[in-house]
Order: sequence, then C-alpha cells, then structure tokens
Amino acid sequence: MTLLPTNTSFAADEGLRSELQKAGVFVVSLEWVYNWGRKSSIWPLGFGIACCAIEMICTAASRFDLSRFGAEVFRPSPRQADLMIVAGTVTKKMAPQVIRLYNQMPEPKYVIAMGACAISGGPFKQGYNVLKGVDRFIPVDVHIPGCPPRPEALLHALMTLQRKIENQRTLGSDARRTNPAYRGENRECPIPEFGEHDLVPPYNPEVWKPHTIVREA
Amino acid sequence: MNTETIAPREYQIYSGDDLRTNVLEISMGPQHPSTHGVFRMDVSLDGETVVKLKPVFGYLHRNHEKIAETTSYLGSMPYTDRLDYFCSMTNNWAYALAVEKMAGLAVPERAEYIRVIMAELTRLQNHASLVGFLTNDLGASGTPLLYAIREREHILDLFEWASGARMMCNYMRFGGVRNDLPSGWLAQCKKVVDDFPAFMDEFETLLTGNEIILSRCQNVGVLPRDLAINASITGPCLRASGVDYDIRKVDKYGVYDRFDFKVPLGSVGDCYDRFMIRLLEMRESVKILKQALATIPEGPVNDSKARNFRPKPAEAYGRIEGPKGELGFYLVSDGTPKPHRYHVRPPSFINLTVLEDMCLGQKIADAVIILGSIDIVLGEVDR
Repeated sequence: MTLLPTNTSFAADEGLRSELQKAGVFVVSLEWVYNWGRKSSIWPLGFGIACCAIEMICTAASRFDLSRFGAEVFRPSPRQADLMIVAGTVTKKMAPQVIRLYNQMPEPKYVIAMGACAISGGPFKQGYNVLKGVDRFIPVDVHIPGCPPRPEALLHALMTLQRKIENQRTLGSDARRTNPAYRGENRECPIPEFGEHDLVPPYNPEVWKPHTIVREA
Repeated sequence: MNTETIAPREYQIYSGDDLRTNVLEISMGPQHPSTHGVFRMDVSLDGETVVKLKPVFGYLHRNHEKIAETTSYLGSMPYTDRLDYFCSMTNNWAYALAVEKMAGLAVPERAEYIRVIMAELTRLQNHASLVGFLTNDLGASGTPLLYAIREREHILDLFEWASGARMMCNYMRFGGVRNDLPSGWLAQCKKVVDDFPAFMDEFETLLTGNEIILSRCQNVGVLPRDLAINASITGPCLRASGVDYDIRKVDKYGVYDRFDFKVPLGSVGDCYDRFMIRLLEMRESVKILKQALATIPEGPVNDSKARNFRPKPAEAYGRIEGPKGELGFYLVSDGTPKPHRYHVRPPSFINLTVLEDMCLGQKIADAVIILGSIDIVLGEVDR
C-alpha cells in the first residue's frame, strides 16, 4: 500500500513530509483516507451458489481469516453489501436473481467472479441451462480461475480489488470519468427473462459484446 | 409511599382465539442465508405457523446427467465431485462402484482400504460441517461452525496431499484409486484420526446439553418411522427415525464387512435425533478409520486393465452409504464408450421430499432448522 495516491500529482515537499512523519504527522490527501476506509471494510454479500461457496466459507473461517482484510462481515441483504462474490455456477434460472441482487446493491459496488463457472460456465459450459459467464450481464471487477479456487486465490482477488479501490478517484472531475459509481448514470443492469429459446436479452451490451471474428478476404 | 399504588395490577391477557389472520405466502430464497445454497421454499403462513410448504429447486441444475451421456465413462468422474461438493470422495466411489459392477472389474485390496479411509474421512468432515451449519441456523452465529471448519481443514489437507485437490478430489478410478498414498500420509492420517475424538468431546460438551439446542430441536420436525420408509428416506435421517438400515451393513460393499462398528439409531425422529445421529456416527467413523489404518495391506492400488474399456451392453446400479444417505448411480451401456443412460439417485433430493410433512404445523423459524437437519446440498439436489 502506497501512502499517497499514485495517480495524483501531490505537491508536497519530500523533506518536509519525512520530517513530519518522524513526528507522527502524515500528510495524505483526503481521497487517500477515504479510499483507505472503503477498501479496508468491504462488506461482501453472503451469497453462495455452488461449490465455490464452501471455499468462500473456508476463507472466512479461522484458518484463512478473511477478517485480516476487513472483509469478514458477510451481509445477508444486498442493501448493506459492497461486494458480490459470485461463487458458483450461474444457471439460466438463477441469472435473473443474481442480476436483481446486483441491482439492489448500493453504489459503489464491486463484483468478484469466483471460479471457472462464474467466469465462463467452466466444466458445465456445454450444459443447456448454464450461463456462459456472469460477466455477460454484470460488470465484473476481478475474475478468479480455479475449480474451485483455493482460499488463497480468493484472498488474492480481494487484495486485487483493494488495489483497484485504492486507485479510484472519488473527488474532482476525474472521478466522473474513471469511477462509474460517480457518473450519476443509471447503472441498473437489465434483468433477463426466459424467451422463446433462451434468456432475453442474451447479454448486457454495456458490459459484454460477442467476439466478432474478422476473416481475411 | 402509599402502598396502594405499588400493588400488582390486574392485566387482561388477550388470548387471540378469536383473532383471524390471512394466510401469508412467503418466498424464502434462493438468496437466503439459511437455505444452504440456492434453494427456495414457498411457505404459506398462518401467523407464524407453516400451513403449506413447497420446495422450489432447479436453480443449480447443471445438466450433470446429460453431460455425462456425451462423454466417456471416465470423463464423468470429475463431474461426480461436483454433485455433493462436500463429499467428492464418496461420490467418486459410488460412480466407480456402478461402473465396476457393469464391467466386472476387480479392485485390489489396498485400494479398497484406501476407499474406506477416504469415505470415512469424508463422513467425518461432512457431519462436522453439517452440525456447524445447523447450529448456525439456530442462531449460534458461526462459532460452532468455526470449530467444525478448523477440523475439516485437517481432513482437507489429507485429501489434498493424496489427490492434489482440497475439495474436488477426482481420486477414485474404475478398479482402484488413481495413485498410491504418498509416503507419510498414513502416519499423518493416524494423527488426525487420533486427535479427532478430542474435537468431538469439545463439540459435545458445547452442544449436546445446550439448553437452546434442546428446546429448539427436541420434538421439532418429527419424521415418523412409517413415513420415512415410505418416502424412501435414507441415511442419518432414516436412522434418526429408528430404522436400522445402513448400506455399509446391508450391502457390505468394499471391505466394510471386516470392520467392527455400530449403527446409531434414534427413537423419536426429531431434529435432535438427526443432530445426535451425526455426532454418534462420527464416533463410529473414527472407530472404522482406526481399524482400517491398522490393517491396511501393501500392494497395487489400481487395476491396469481398467483403462479405456468399452463395456458390453448391460445395466448396473451401484450404491453406497454416503454421508447424506444412499447415493446410487444407474448406468445403461449400449456397448459404446459413452453411457446410454446415466442416472444419479441423490440422497439429499429424496430426503427433501418429506420437508413439507415435517414442517406442517411448525413455526417458520423451525422450518429453517428442519431444513438444516436434513442436510441438503444443492449441487446434488438439482444436479
């Protein structure tokens, strides 16, 4: 953790700052303090879907101890959560509920796609009822591969997310540009429904687009 | 002070007999902290009393059976891990048993012992976690669960050492197991098994006589013996209702006939019985493990002929006593390398069928405990 935000041009005399640090006075930006508070108390949504949820519980338990990172407060209600850990296979029956939960979370909100199933459908990708990745519908901040990922991998994902939060702008005009939570636009994701053949819409065009295969003439 | 003013007053207590309430329908789940995964209960409530309960599932239907019919026999082995993701070893064993039955494969003796050791370790960690989750549902906000998971980690370390994965072991093969146990594994396993009773004592001191557990579990969610048999309930739920039926004793698959162990039985069939049966079964599992670790022979662990086989047209049903009940695999072969039909008999799905019968007339808070005491895993219910 750097003491100062790396993406700001913080004008302070280096020598003066180190003198002050010796006296226990730390000169940091308000944004840094704000982000430090946010990243050190991420409250995840207590929402397990499949096998990965068991590893998520193990991560929260005493051996791996998620509370070292300030993220042990699993909230049962999405209204009180900052982070959704999509821990397991999202089926087409479950997808509307997952997206509805995401919509119910307050901004700023983050998503970790835990495990192969949440990333891409994983081993069940060929199944007719399995969503091929939750990032087709909601914006995912960190993907963790693995089936299931080890608790260490989830911890690493959390640290990666913390780094992301640390570098997010919350003040000034940059904040609107770089931080979607401050853009003030509607971040509601469309909730799919079963159509004639498949989920309608099949994906959220704001967060995911199918690959276009460019063929040479 | 005037004594008249501090005399007890007469209060009228409203009996509520003439109070009429509307039936309230509540949808619990799929995102609910106590539904053990993505399970939904459509509950109709009269006041707080359950008058109707409809389980809704399919939120985790991952097409396990259809995928298995498009892949080779061995290709389904890793998928069986993900059925009941607490007990991948026993899932492997049940599937391997069905294929071995169909193809007529023999299993070396050492492999049989390894399978017994792995299955009983699985039972230990499954039951320990179940009791933890059950107390979580009772409101013991995680504390017993932390003890259980601490113990589970020791067993997962053993699994990882032998198979390379903590949860998704994919360890058993047709005609044996994938690889022999690493050196030092048996000694460490012996240590874990020897230490386990201390955890059990601690757990039982904390829980069995606990007033909250007694008052909330006893005579709650009674499953009558006849209903349990008629609804083909298996496993600890059946034995809690007093039916002496354990496939380890009935079928004597593997080498279970060589071990001396007892089958604990309940008498009432309530949540407390189901809770206690788990604790008592853990003690018996420790007994089996001690015997198996003392007598495990040397030798090969795999039948080398079993690779790339193509079974003759046949059908087979292999079943074992999983930690949750009778786990069976029904396979139909048409002579090709892929199974023609692949069906799983999941214990937690069939045990779930009596949920409504157990919950009717109980309070909504008790329905949560009753669901917890059945021990379901949605990966297996929905497949």
